[in-house]
Amino acid sequence: MLPLFYIFGAVAILAALGVILQETPVYSALSLIVVLCSLAVVYLLLGAEFLAVIQVIVYAGAIMVLFVLVIMLLNARRETTSDRSRMARWLGAPLLVAFFGQFAYAVWKHFSGWEAVHTPATGPQKIGEVLFRSYALPFELTSILILVAILGAVVLAKKEI
Amino acid sequence: MALVPLNHILALSVILFGLGAAGFIIRRNIITIFMCIELMLNAVNLAFIGFSRYLGDVDGQIFVFFVIVVAAAEAAVGLAIIIAVERNRKTLAIDEMNSMKL
Repeated sequence: MLPLFYIFGAVAILAALGVILQETPVYSALSLIVVLCSLAVVYLLLGAEFLAVIQVIVYAGAIMVLFVLVIMLLNARRETTSDRSRMARWLGAPLLVAFFGQFAYAVWKHFSGWEAVHTPATGPQKIGEVLFRSYALPFELTSILILVAILGAVVLAKKEI
Repeated sequence: MALVPLNHILALSVILFGLGAAGFIIRRNIITIFMCIELMLNAVNLAFIGFSRYLGDVDGQIFVFFVIVVAAAEAAVGLAIIIAVERNRKTLAIDEMNSMKL
């Protein structure tokens, strides 16, 4: 279980590097699919089977297909590099690494040695019970959100706007 | 069956979030920037699931469920906006979309 987490965590990090370093959007999208699938394996290892399946079906299946479709529809080629300032080029990456390194160090130190609860409360049945009892109102509100999103997408994609 | 330590899960989450934020800044293509947002959302989902496992509470997974729903809605609307912008300006480069006027 532990080696699997490190293997798929490393795959996720490498593929995420591929997302941000590749200049062709299609390659970025395919790398993002690899990230999503390896994160689904990590979810499985953490006992979230339902979300692992949802991750593959909804994220890697539906959302990323939408992305790839739009990339092909708009014929997105290699991006043109912009003229960045010299300061941003030399200072940007070290500052970003320093910031997130410090963030990761603080998180690492603060949460080391936590003990997990022995009986994880997981499974689709438990999720369904909580979702339709405690979170019934937010669940109904998401249906309105999706309706608004559908209407917005239809209106925005019309010919003249 | 040894469980993954919580700080390792959160470190992976922070690294993925940092890569997403870096990509958001360095990329110049609007679709790639949008994908970096999805990457950051996934990093946060991972932290939610890690805490859910460690606290033995299913609420974290419910939150991830809602985040995925919002991400789907956001992708639909965002990609529609990208198509509309591309139709009006004939470009996907973010540097050429520096004004709000159409």
